Amino acid sequence: MHIAEGFLPAAHAVAWFAVSTPFIVHGARCVIKESREHPDSRLLLAAAGAFTFVLSSIKLPSVTGSSSHPTGTGLGAVLFKPPVMAFLATIVLLFQALLLAHGGLTTLGANVFSMGIAGPWVGYGCFVLARRLNWNVNVGVFLALAMADLATYVVTSLQLGLAFPDPVSGLAGSMAKFLGIFAISQLPLALAEGILGVLVFRVLTDVARPQLERLQVLRASKLAVA
Amino acid sequence: MKKSTVNILLVLALVAIFAVSFAIGSNHTDGEERFSGTDGAATSQIEASHPDYQPWFEPFFSPESGEVESGLFALQAALGGTVLGFAIGALYGRRRKPEADTAGLAATDPEPATG
Repeated sequence: MHIAEGFLPAAHAVAWFAVSTPFIVHGARCVIKESREHPDSRLLLAAAGAFTFVLSSIKLPSVTGSSSHPTGTGLGAVLFKPPVMAFLATIVLLFQALLLAHGGLTTLGANVFSMGIAGPWVGYGCFVLARRLNWNVNVGVFLALAMADLATYVVTSLQLGLAFPDPVSGLAGSMAKFLGIFAISQLPLALAEGILGVLVFRVLTDVARPQLERLQVLRASKLAVA
Repeated sequence: MKKSTVNILLVLALVAIFAVSFAIGSNHTDGEERFSGTDGAATSQIEASHPDYQPWFEPFFSPESGEVESGLFALQAALGGTVLGFAIGALYGRRRKPEADTAGLAATDPEPATG
């Protein structure tokens, strides 16, 4: 999902910055507020950020014969609501743009939008839906991580399609081409990310149940629901 | 099902996904092109469909060799892994000593008698 440095026309780069900046600022405020008002959730915040940091550093092989990154943004979105992830994803993307020449400063706005905003919101939406339907919390976590991952790459394809419409088939054609590069490769990775997320969530349920209940990720007790 | 059994099954599922991906992916690619990044493929796609487009900004620093680049990616993974491990370890230690925890959590009983 990293759009390479300089590979968005200037107008697009500026527009995506304009869209993403309010989310990043709001996200930073949420992180500060959360860690100030609830010092006991700092460790969980660190865990959510670190999870994205690790996952987005790994390139994994896929069925199409190419390799791609998972995003890991769904977990933090489930634990702390999506705004927090806009800020955490920005840190990850800045690190990669500056040290790894992966992604870029000019494309940061667009990359934050796909990985830090669109992905987490879609993932969180899936989690909330799964909970409304009274599905097991682990199923919700699986869906959140897998869908956040997939949505990130779908949005990247749309962004590139918008910026580089195909000379022959136009906007739809270019989006289809970029989706062809990203989407199928991402499917098995999204499944894997969902499973890994469930594993990590099970560990967190073990070690941080009171915090997860306060964050209303887990329901306090069976009596309260009935 | 026991908790550890479920975890082992989940890990096995993870391994299976990558074994299958790797096998299928290796089958229909040439040695040179095998498992190149999708990000790079998108850039090539732009260069092919819009040969006139000039990237208007260059990274300040770029790890030119693949070895240095994979080392830096490993650094990123190591940093993240360290923090994640520390956080889970600290949470684990805190759970063991609930008295030392912040007073605000006293209301939450980890194992309700009714459950």
